[in-house]
Amino acid sequence: MSARDNILRRLRAAPQGKAPLVPDVPAFYAAVSAATPPSTRAARIELFCEKMAFWHGEVVRVTAANWPHKLREICTAKGVRSLLYGEPSAHAEALKSAGIAGLKSYDRPLAEWKKELFEDTDAGLTSTRGGIAETGTLIVWPDASEPRLMSLVPPIHFALLDADQLYDTLFDAMQAQRWSDGMPTNALLVSGPSKTADIQVTLAYGAHGPKELVVLLLVNEEEVQ
Amino acid sequence: MNTQPLDFVPASEFKQRASGAVADAHLRKSFRGAMDFLINKRAAQFPDPVALESQRALAEHIRKYSLARLPELLEQLERKLTDNGVKVHWAENAEEACAIIVGIAQRHSTKLMVKGKSMVSEEVELNHAMADVGIDALESDMGEYIVQLDGEKPSHIIMPAIHKTKQQIARLFADKVPGARYTESVDELIGIGRAVLREKFMSAEIGLSGVNFAVAETGTLCLVENEGNGRMCTTVPEVHIAITGIEKVVEKLEHVPPLFGLLTRSATGQAITTYFNMISGPRKPGEKDGPGEMHLVLVDNGRTQAYGDEQLRSTLQCIRCGACMNHCPVYTRIGGHAYGTTYPGPIGEIISPHMLGLNATHVLPTASSLCGACGEVCPVRIPIPELLVRLREEAQHDARPGHAPLRGQGAAKSRLVDAVWSGWAALYTRPAFYRAFGWLATRFRALTPPMQGGWTVSRTPMKPAARTLHELMAERTKR
Repeated sequence: MSARDNILRRLRAAPQGKAPLVPDVPAFYAAVSAATPPSTRAARIELFCEKMAFWHGEVVRVTAANWPHKLREICTAKGVRSLLYGEPSAHAEALKSAGIAGLKSYDRPLAEWKKELFEDTDAGLTSTRGGIAETGTLIVWPDASEPRLMSLVPPIHFALLDADQLYDTLFDAMQAQRWSDGMPTNALLVSGPSKTADIQVTLAYGAHGPKELVVLLLVNEEEVQ
Repeated sequence: MNTQPLDFVPASEFKQRASGAVADAHLRKSFRGAMDFLINKRAAQFPDPVALESQRALAEHIRKYSLARLPELLEQLERKLTDNGVKVHWAENAEEACAIIVGIAQRHSTKLMVKGKSMVSEEVELNHAMADVGIDALESDMGEYIVQLDGEKPSHIIMPAIHKTKQQIARLFADKVPGARYTESVDELIGIGRAVLREKFMSAEIGLSGVNFAVAETGTLCLVENEGNGRMCTTVPEVHIAITGIEKVVEKLEHVPPLFGLLTRSATGQAITTYFNMISGPRKPGEKDGPGEMHLVLVDNGRTQAYGDEQLRSTLQCIRCGACMNHCPVYTRIGGHAYGTTYPGPIGEIISPHMLGLNATHVLPTASSLCGACGEVCPVRIPIPELLVRLREEAQHDARPGHAPLRGQGAAKSRLVDAVWSGWAALYTRPAFYRAFGWLATRFRALTPPMQGGWTVSRTPMKPAARTLHELMAERTKR
């Protein structure tokens, strides 16, 4: 008998009382949202910005037209010498025409440039699949063009977030985007820069991942403050 | 302060270590401060008691439902993960789990394994097994890194280095980290750890992680963390090994948000952690990073014993938030090391007997005043106080009729205790004996010994009153 068989046999031999009903998670969230005022785009944007700021993340409201220019300004202000981006991606062309210094694409397998990624890459720009207003969270699904480490290794993480893709809760995002139909090899929720409170419960940022997170929130012209 | 050797600390010497810890003013102060901090942060996350109860009810329901279907869900998880390209292993005990991981590591000629936070890897003493074959197993969670550097074990499941002051950590880094200068700045100390560990992430052949939730329907392993070391361990090395207890599986992805929301808020009072990392397989062709090879080790190690009993099964509902220890008056006073087990505090008192047997652990369920705080804060409503009482009973007696004996059943049986209880019963069920005993005890109270063993170590001796209650009542009625 293998370990697997033994474990499953012991589990199956255990007494089972009445089987519990299937938990109705959608009904739970429906009841919660029924008890709160209906959410609006403006309220989601407000809440997302407030919560992301609480996590020590910076949110910059930008438009589809001006974001590359804004990003260049921020990079200059922060002294970013090299910015990692992914290709092909929806934003690559606009980014390349903005004249940002030190642009480089994640175009090789990690093993071929691990040291450079870790030691000589100041910032990374990724797209996002959406955001969660309730907790100030980014939904990041890395893929072949925007690999996993882009949002982890460089000390600054820039993330492009479309305000149309803001959801109230994690549950809403999962349902709306039908995550259970198929998950990618790696999917992430990111709420602020990396942090730790392991030394005397004192909060410190940049534990192992980015020290700064800057969200470029794509909004309409009239929503830019 | 007491330093704990990395070697397994026998749980049976609990009382001695607890006395030492209680007398350690510094330790008491750090734990009191940290626990108050965590208690207040948690309370701030749950302002509405009615909402909290509905969330706990749902979370309990999800965990009970998942456990009721555990064998099928494990098979579904295995099937899904296998389809996704993950190799699934099963281990009945700690030795098997270690042997599986050592085997994988040796196949890859591993010199260094970096580890994200995994309580199960501590439970099976994986670092020892790796050291025995000459492989470095390096903890990369900041708190875990600090305690490992000092040759200690974690004293809290969420905040492993909670017992250390920043001065102690500053000294430790200056002494043990090549090139590090003495600094008490927390930012600088974290910077030192970051620099050391980034080198290690780059050179390690294997990354190991735990699992917070395993989703059967999609074959997804979920990891909760703030630091990013878990993401490093599961992404940079060529091989990723995840290790988990068999109870962590849930059926659907939609079961995760309610549990995740309660986990972080109960644990550290955070609405969400910095990272929630959902891993469903090794890198696919064309993907440029992520491990090329992935394994999951499913560990039993006593969990099926708890599962075999419908009451004790609720132990396995645990999502490892640590709220029970934060709120435990005993844990707060003695700290995590005194227990001598991987899982300290109330959850440790009810789970360790299944992992290690009652012979080694029968004293642990007695380390509680049964105040009930643990059960009240538990996000998945494990009736911890009831389970403590049940395990005390199992330690004192033979198995209940129709129940299989637990490992170490009756380990605390004592003829003396049985005789005292029989005597007590005889006295209290016979009025004549009872009155005679009361009369004698009050009249000869001067003969009470002044030293009464453990009782008088820190208390005044017990002494019968001058008159029995019956006599006092009789006098009052006469007047």
